[in-house]
Amino acid sequence: MSTPSLRTERLTIRFGGHVAVHGVTCAFRPGELTAIVGPNGAGKTTWFNLVSGQLTPTEGRIFLGERDITGLSPSARALAGVGRAFQLTNLFPRLTVLENVRLAVQARRRAGGRLLSRAAADRDTIAEAMRYVERTRLAAVAGLPAAALPHGDQRKLEVALLLAMEPQVFMFDEPTAGMSVDEAPAILELIAEIREDRSKTILLVEHKMDVVRALADRIVVLHNGELVADGRPGAVMALPIVREIYLGVGAEKAA
Amino acid sequence: MTGDLPSAPPRRIPAGRLAVYAIVGSIGLALMFAPFLFPDLRAQEVAARICVFIVLVASYDLLIGYTGIVSFAHTMFFGLGAYGTATALKAMGPGFDAILIGGGAGVVAALVLAALIGLLSLRVKAIFFAMVTLAAASVMLVLASQLSDLTGGEDGMTYEVPRLFSAATKLLTDADGKTLRLFGAAMNGKIAAYYFVFFSSLVLFVLMLRIVGSPLGTVLMAIRENEMRAEAIGYRVVAYRTAIFCIAAVIAALAGVLRAVWLKYVGPDVALSFAIMIDLLLMVVIGGMGTMVGAVIGVVVMSLAQFYLKDLMEVGAAATADLPLLPDLLNPDRWLLWLGLLFILLVYFFPAGIAGTLMGKGTRK
Repeated sequence: MSTPSLRTERLTIRFGGHVAVHGVTCAFRPGELTAIVGPNGAGKTTWFNLVSGQLTPTEGRIFLGERDITGLSPSARALAGVGRAFQLTNLFPRLTVLENVRLAVQARRRAGGRLLSRAAADRDTIAEAMRYVERTRLAAVAGLPAAALPHGDQRKLEVALLLAMEPQVFMFDEPTAGMSVDEAPAILELIAEIREDRSKTILLVEHKMDVVRALADRIVVLHNGELVADGRPGAVMALPIVREIYLGVGAEKAA
Repeated sequence: MTGDLPSAPPRRIPAGRLAVYAIVGSIGLALMFAPFLFPDLRAQEVAARICVFIVLVASYDLLIGYTGIVSFAHTMFFGLGAYGTATALKAMGPGFDAILIGGGAGVVAALVLAALIGLLSLRVKAIFFAMVTLAAASVMLVLASQLSDLTGGEDGMTYEVPRLFSAATKLLTDADGKTLRLFGAAMNGKIAAYYFVFFSSLVLFVLMLRIVGSPLGTVLMAIRENEMRAEAIGYRVVAYRTAIFCIAAVIAALAGVLRAVWLKYVGPDVALSFAIMIDLLLMVVIGGMGTMVGAVIGVVVMSLAQFYLKDLMEVGAAATADLPLLPDLLNPDRWLLWLGLLFILLVYFFPAGIAGTLMGKGTRK
């Protein structure tokens, strides 16, 4: 089995008296898509924020490969290979779709500091950005400001930004949230494509169990900030504790 | 920006954008030939002030319009350049070496101060940063007035500039040995000084146009639009903010050097006061934040109003002398009232500034 690409050790964050994430130790390997599930308030997004650097842990460490990235800023982590798409759409609203993606390509190429060349003349960066725009089926709206896109396209643009970062670790936070039934498959197809590659680590926070079943190689269950189950989807779903805390309500209703 | 993209369909330039370019182009031409078009002394003062302020306002727009940084220390950097130049010219006598050394010292001081303020406080919330710049600018103003041996205090100081820029210098002479006049403009040192100011300003403005169109410029806009996401895709926001704060400070200081060379006088009122800071804010808002060309329009509108509104009202008052009420309203003493009204109307009809609103026309879907 290959070495983990991402590892958290006893990762903990407290807000005052509230422990939002409590001692989560977990490792993720390349080529594996892990779904992170749990009821609302379980600490999934908080754990994501700790890994991508928006929050600083109270205790514990985060490793990217062998490297301890606990003390790095979000930008340094992004350049090191941790890429994150956000749950609430989080774009550059007045810039065009292509400009949004171009910014991500430019950051990866560390070309943002150039101050006397013309950004619009950087054919390589633009052509590369355009490939991601096409791959996310946004070519028709490439020239529109991000704010003018319908919600589904904004979610696709979220994914396009993440793809353009070419990270080692892809983090999707409810990528299909708020999408209509006919919009969601396009996003899921994109995630499946990344998974096909079998070289990247993919983390997926998702509520919809059919999505989890279709994509996940492994499921991690968080509850009240703690990791309560971790394993193959079939095995995890069958655990009594999981049925109780996560599926309990639904199971009772079905019964 | 999107016009250059390979995939974007060829698009006609919208009428609003065209109008703005036409306006800015005519202003550029008018400034280029100002000594010949408007030979009187007062007009030359106005034209030179417009050149310097375009640079100053555009550099402020880099901060407030492009990056979303609110600073009240911009005149402080302007003043450092102006006072540095003035002090050296006074101490070393009129020479280009004095301008180079004094101006250089002022620019370096601005750079160091900007880097310090930036690194220490650009991490904190925008409102605290604004307060820090306000405090720094206040300290500088007090220093300038207290260290009167060095700065001339409230009165400021006058000094000589290099002979080339002196009005007594004859650049071209006619057959009788007098200063030659071309299209009514005397070919003396004043015209050399004007073109020194004009071309230096032009170079600085073009430099700023390059910066906003560069990869760095796109990062600045990304920071303005969504700071957290800019950080998340790999841009060190604090470093970029500090960098542009330093660049803007250096350009403001260079504008200060030009101001000092042109005026042969430096004092708090012309180079350091908060009244100038407020002028900058108004100019950038009236012109249009985050547009660069807005600086040109904002400065021209405001400068013309400040210098000529009184004259216009005098004419108006005289013309309406026989009518009731109107002459009183148009009394030149009430010019500030009309200036205020003009601002309110401009902001009402051009909410994104003149350039910003015009350029937005016809592009919105």
